[in-house]
Amino acid sequence: LRKNVEDFTGPRERSDLGFVTFDITADILNGKNGLQTIFDWNVKQLFLYLSAEYSTKNNALNQVVLWDKIMLRGDNPRLFLKDMKSKYFFFDDGNGLKGNRNVTLTLSWNVVPNAGILPLVTGSGHVSVPFPDTYETTKSY
Amino acid sequence: REGAATSRRRRGAALRGGPAMDLFGDLRRMNKRQLYYQVLNFAMIVSSALMIWKGLIVITGSESPIVVVLSGSMEPAFHRGDLLFLTNFHDDPIRAGEIVVFKVEGRDIPIVHRVIKIHEKENGNIKFLTKGDNNEVDDRGLYKEGQNWLEKKDVVGRARGFLPYVGMVTIIMNDYPKFKYALLAVMGAYVLLKRES
Repeated sequence: LRKNVEDFTGPRERSDLGFVTFDITADILNGKNGLQTIFDWNVKQLFLYLSAEYSTKNNALNQVVLWDKIMLRGDNPRLFLKDMKSKYFFFDDGNGLKGNRNVTLTLSWNVVPNAGILPLVTGSGHVSVPFPDTYETTKSY
Repeated sequence: REGAATSRRRRGAALRGGPAMDLFGDLRRMNKRQLYYQVLNFAMIVSSALMIWKGLIVITGSESPIVVVLSGSMEPAFHRGDLLFLTNFHDDPIRAGEIVVFKVEGRDIPIVHRVIKIHEKENGNIKFLTKGDNNEVDDRGLYKEGQNWLEKKDVVGRARGFLPYVGMVTIIMNDYPKFKYALLAVMGAYVLLKRES
C-alpha cells in the first residue's frame, strides 16, 4: 500500500483547512486467508475510506475522513488511483494543521457481508504528511 | 331462557361451521382451571420474551440492541428493512469509519450513519460528525438547531452485525397497524386455546 501526497493549508473561519492530493495503490486481501481476495461468498461490498489521523494542542486525537469509495462484489479489488483530491473538506477543530509534521493517512475499509458481522479493517500501510508552517493565500486548489 | 342456553351449550360440540366453530366449542368446554392455566402459560411466554430482551440490553450496553433500518441513506450497504445488531460498550472508542446509531436530542427516531470526523480530547471527551453513505452532505442538517457535533451520550450503539430483510416485518406492522393487531390476536388465540394433550 503506497501513497504520495503534496499539500498546503489555508485558514477559513478561524479553523485550519488542509488540502491534500494523493495517489493510492492498493490490493485488498483477506487477511485470514493469506493472499486470497477479500471478496468471498459472504462479502457484499467494501466501504473504503482514507482517513487522516493527527494530534493537536486542542485535541489529543483527530480523525478526518478525506475520501471514500464503495467497492461492490465483482469490482476489481486492486486500486490504482493517481492525483486524487479529497472528497471532503479537511477542517481542523482549531489551528492544529499549521506546522503539524505528524498527520498520518491510512486506508481502511468496512466489510459489509450478505449477512453477519461488520468488521472494520485497517490497511497495512500509511503515509505521514507534514503540513507547512505558513498559510497559502492564493486559491490554487 | 335458561333452558335455551343449556341446550345451546350441549349442541356446541355438534355445531356446523368448520374449524372456527370447533375452536369456540373447545373454549366453552374448558373449565375455569384450564383457562387460568392457559393464561399463565401465555404470561410466562411474554415474560420470557421480555427477559431475553432486557438481557440483551444488559449484555450489549445499548438501550436498543436490535434496530431496523428505516431509510435508504446507507445504501447500498443497508436497505430499508434490514436488521442491525448493536453494542454500546463504554470503553469502545468512537473512531472514523464506524457505523453508529444515534438519536438527535428531542427526536425519537434513531439514525444509522457513518462517523466521518472525530476530535477527541485527552480526557476522553469526544465530538464527532456523521454522514450517510448515500447522502451527498454530512448530517449537520439533521442535528439540533445550532448543534454541529454529536457526543457519546447521543449514541445508541455501534453496528456490529446485520441481517438483510428480516426487519421488514416491523416496518409492515408500523405502516399497517391492522396487520399488527391481527397478528397479535392470532398469536394470543393460539396460545390461549392450544391444549397440551
